Amino acid sequence: MINSSEIMIDVQGLQKYFGEHHIIKGVSFQVRKGELISVIGRSGCGKTTLLRCLNCLELFDIGGIFIAGIALNRTLSGKSQEVDKSKSQKMLSKMALPFMGFEKEKQLDEDFRIKAHTLRTRVGMLFQGLNLFPHLTVLENVSLAPIIVKNENKIDVHQKAKELLKKVGLEQFTERYPSQLSGGQAQRVAIARALSMSPQVMLYDEPTSALDPELVGEVLQVMKNLHDEGMTQVVVTHALHFAQNASDRVIYMEEGHIIEMDSPDVIFNHPKDERTLKYINILKD
Amino acid sequence: MRAEFVQNQWDGLIPGLQNNNYDVAINGIEITDDRKQEVNFTDPYYLTYEQLIVNSNRDDINCLSDLVGKKAGALKSSLAERILQFPGVDVKTYDSEVAAMTDMANGRLDAVLCDAPIALYYAKPDPRFKLVGQPIGEISYGIAVRKSDTQLHAKLNSAINKLSTSGKLREILERWNLWHYLMAVYLNDKGPSNILPTKYDYYMTSLGKSKTFYDKLQRYWEFRSLFIWGIVNTLGVSIVAMIVAIIWGLFIALTRLYAPKPFSRLAVLYIELIRGTPLLIQLYFIYYALPNIGISMSPFLAAVIGLGLNYAAYEAENYRAGLFSVPRGQMEAAVALGMSRNQSLRHIIVPQGIRLVIPPMTNDFISLLKDSSLIAVITMNDLTKAYFQFATTYFDFLGAGVLVAILYLIIGLPFVKLAKYAEVKFSTFRTREEENRMKL
Repeated sequence: MINSSEIMIDVQGLQKYFGEHHIIKGVSFQVRKGELISVIGRSGCGKTTLLRCLNCLELFDIGGIFIAGIALNRTLSGKSQEVDKSKSQKMLSKMALPFMGFEKEKQLDEDFRIKAHTLRTRVGMLFQGLNLFPHLTVLENVSLAPIIVKNENKIDVHQKAKELLKKVGLEQFTERYPSQLSGGQAQRVAIARALSMSPQVMLYDEPTSALDPELVGEVLQVMKNLHDEGMTQVVVTHALHFAQNASDRVIYMEEGHIIEMDSPDVIFNHPKDERTLKYINILKD
Repeated sequence: MRAEFVQNQWDGLIPGLQNNNYDVAINGIEITDDRKQEVNFTDPYYLTYEQLIVNSNRDDINCLSDLVGKKAGALKSSLAERILQFPGVDVKTYDSEVAAMTDMANGRLDAVLCDAPIALYYAKPDPRFKLVGQPIGEISYGIAVRKSDTQLHAKLNSAINKLSTSGKLREILERWNLWHYLMAVYLNDKGPSNILPTKYDYYMTSLGKSKTFYDKLQRYWEFRSLFIWGIVNTLGVSIVAMIVAIIWGLFIALTRLYAPKPFSRLAVLYIELIRGTPLLIQLYFIYYALPNIGISMSPFLAAVIGLGLNYAAYEAENYRAGLFSVPRGQMEAAVALGMSRNQSLRHIIVPQGIRLVIPPMTNDFISLLKDSSLIAVITMNDLTKAYFQFATTYFDFLGAGVLVAILYLIIGLPFVKLAKYAEVKFSTFRTREEENRMKL
């Protein structure tokens, strides 16, 4: 259901290197407000990296991103490719540290950093792994960010957190610790946690791939509900049934390019590009 | 004015005086030219000589020249040590004469040279030893004060003068069996005396009777305050030092991991420097060397800082391991929620890292408790010092050793329990089954 023609995400000519590897080779697309977009493709095609670039968890190298009212642009600003590569490799070596992401930010100018930070407060992200904060209760997991990032009143935040937990069907679990939840419950809490920041866009990186098959449905149902409420969502997924039935449009990626972006019906039933057809056929076999 | 009694290792008496740990040092300190450079001495209050002691079953040593090719023991940095420094003698030095005599009884020394009063009180009553040869040399004991304390110096001198002229000094010395010809000459008091050595006799009989196990237990009980204070000091220093280590260690770990390069390098340097040098040297350095650059502190403070800074280096490495083992996704999740780097560290990474670190940390505390025995060298009267004092007074290294070992075990026990509890309590990634088991 598309509520308006307002553009929520606009990506132009996005490129990303990991050292010498050109992961994203110039990607452009637009997402309208309220759309649910599924991104599909083989492992290593760059879909996860694309998603992480949208949230600045990975820093893109070239191109422009407009998302939730924030515009970020990067060019290679006179530096030779060589210098940039060696820099990237240096960053890679630092990725072993638990604070990766920050080292890269340090090299950016203040303006970009502030924008990236604001962007993250407006864009919610759900990860493949289960990464609730294990030392906090469910309620604390959902309330922490608004309290410390937005300085919101604790009582109000707790009230809102309980509403969000009700929305994902877990209102009776507020005092549990993450270790006491099933995988599906944990991912639903993670969605509530992301929603606690009142994001304008939700990004999902294979949200159900770490779950037992019987738990996938409950997580996808929450996403469908959010879609009905008009949330803009981008999902990197292997759950093709979901991509086909729940999304407004589907992006098929291959080797760092968007091959095709169209309605699920077109992508799954009569794709225009033969590479998409090949992939869909493999899946159907 | 009441005097406050501070105990210190004999060879640390003068450094401790200069360190302002006390104002007067009095314990058989020989007046020598070297020491006069450092401190002011009062007029001598006692003259004595050096006495040679050997095991009672041997006859081959009767004077200093018999010591050639032999092993001889003496108190560290005493006149006896310097007398023994002649070619052919293998000199071993000790923190106390009794330690030297015990070594001799155990067959590791051939002779011990010490001040006559020590020989009279510690070797003569013991059937394992005998005093041999003529009196050697002449020593004068003085009271040491800092050079700046001229008023105190004058007052002490007049007190000594009063004691000697009134005959009170002789009376005291006679009662303790310490009066002899050198003193008679020195005080010009050669008349006969009718004062009996009552104190000495009492001492001798009290030594003679404590033989049975029950007597020993009774003696330990008599000295309970020595051991209780030892426990208090050991526990006090250990607990405060551990708190220092926990806080400072976290700071060092965070600096090493997350601070800009120069600071992070400094933290690494700190850790390597502390871990690469002996704790004993660090303690000596803090207590005896720092005053040279104007940083003087009490023994308690020095002990806490020495142990605290040392263990902080180890705790920092513990923390680092803990912080590293927090899964990478935790930081990402925090960042994705809009938290800054510091917020993520404070609310997400550090609380989880610390939980992982608490069990090894509790174990470290137990080893700190034991390492605290080193603080005896900087005049802290801890449990180890109590052991040494008691054992050297009563030649009771075995019994008192067992007693003190038991005391260390007992005070360490609650922390062993705590470590076990922490291990269960703070394992973050508990399964539901474990969780339920804990509730039962």
